[in-house]
Amino acid sequence: MGDFSPYDDNGGTVAAIAGQDYVLIACDSRLSTGSTILSRFTPKIYPLSKMTVFACSGFHADVLTLIKNLEVRMKLFIHEHGEEMSTKAVMALMLPTLYGRRFFPFYVRPIVAGLDRDGKGLVASYDPVGTPEFFDYVIQGSGENLVHPFLHNQIGAKRTLSDVPVQAPPGLTLDKAVKLLKDAFLAAAERDVYTGDTVTLVAMTAKGTETMEYQLRRD
Amino acid sequence: MFRNQYDNDVTVWSPQGRLHQIEYAMEAVKQGSAVVGMKNATHAAIAAVKRVPSELASYQKKLFAIDEHCGVGIAGLTADARTINNFLQTECLNHRYAYSRPMPLSRLVGTLGNKMQVTTQEESGRPYGVGLLMIGFDHKGPHLIQIDPSANHYECKGMSIGARSQSARTYLEKHLDTYQATQTVEDLVRHALRALRDTLTNDQELSSKLVSVAVVGKDHPFQVYDDQLVEDLISEVIKEPRATVRPAQSTFAVQAEDLMEEDTNRPPPPDPEVAVALDVAVHRGTNP
Repeated sequence: MGDFSPYDDNGGTVAAIAGQDYVLIACDSRLSTGSTILSRFTPKIYPLSKMTVFACSGFHADVLTLIKNLEVRMKLFIHEHGEEMSTKAVMALMLPTLYGRRFFPFYVRPIVAGLDRDGKGLVASYDPVGTPEFFDYVIQGSGENLVHPFLHNQIGAKRTLSDVPVQAPPGLTLDKAVKLLKDAFLAAAERDVYTGDTVTLVAMTAKGTETMEYQLRRD
Repeated sequence: MFRNQYDNDVTVWSPQGRLHQIEYAMEAVKQGSAVVGMKNATHAAIAAVKRVPSELASYQKKLFAIDEHCGVGIAGLTADARTINNFLQTECLNHRYAYSRPMPLSRLVGTLGNKMQVTTQEESGRPYGVGLLMIGFDHKGPHLIQIDPSANHYECKGMSIGARSQSARTYLEKHLDTYQATQTVEDLVRHALRALRDTLTNDQELSSKLVSVAVVGKDHPFQVYDDQLVEDLISEVIKEPRATVRPAQSTFAVQAEDLMEEDTNRPPPPDPEVAVALDVAVHRGTNP
């Protein structure tokens, strides 16, 4: 019993890119524990509302519970205010939600992504206790160290030496972003044992939401 | 009668075996504007008359979403209704959190009934002064449930509460088979609007400003339809000739003796006859 840990890491990678008029979220679908695969198809993207999506890897039980908590908060907001929570409000809510468990954290690496009221893309990532990062592209999870340098090179390369927050260039179209994230996950699946099986991409624009799925390496 | 001696406290029985405070609370429901509800095999609908306190104010909201699968129409004290709605919303949220599925309606009204019953037995409070018509859809199908200040709840096929609601109940009784058999939401709502129309005074007519409609059903999350969304159905119904506004006595007039019978199978009781509170007939003696 001395070896008991309340946590497990079920692996997986999530990423998101914010554009001028779109937001693109991607996740793999593998759940693992140690060197065992638990599931080949558990995508890590969870819609919270028409405008906002939650993507999260880490300890799956904590991910599911966190989502339950957020869904209750989303409904309470609608009951009290008569409208859905904006993406920015959800992003703000993540900090007290995660920090409230500062002394027994949710073992999660979440991303909140969505459109603001004008249709502009927004993404944010958090550490397990709520530290936010509001960059235009974010990656979390077991494949983070593989994907991050790739996206940084392809999207944010011109700002590596300055303190300006990392921003996607205005001309980054949704099609280009889809190609980039798809390639990023294909690359992550090559080298990260905990990432693989399928990659799901969700593209949100003012016109609606589109979901794409591609096969990844299953080894 | 000794009405005024036994009506100050909900914990005091009258010699006739009545709790007058509860009956007075039920009178408060009749002060509110009418709400009509009905259901068919797949959907349930409620329609309400929106009252405007003054030209400057906006109308009083009558229909409220509780969860995606249920909602209520209220008549009576709005502030009491808010408390009840918050309770219902919280119950549904907690149920969804624990079981990842919508709360069955029977359980929801059960917990509400238990909560309301406390107010009919404790001196420190008073009964809720609001009646509700709840519509919902769960694994057992569509539901229409009447809840009144006595903490009773009744599953209904059609029901109406609020001011002049007896006329709507007459329509509902008369056309029970017709609206139960409707196949579309529009047909069901048209019946609800016709029933609601019978509660209006002679100088009122259905309009999207006056009426709110809500529907829930199979693959149809609870939604309130206001203003423009009901305009089309209203404009169809107002072309039809209007039924004469009937007097309080309905075709199902109940004799006074029936009110005292202990018959659990009888239909929901009609409005209780309210004697004037300050009845001057005082007479000493033990004979009630």
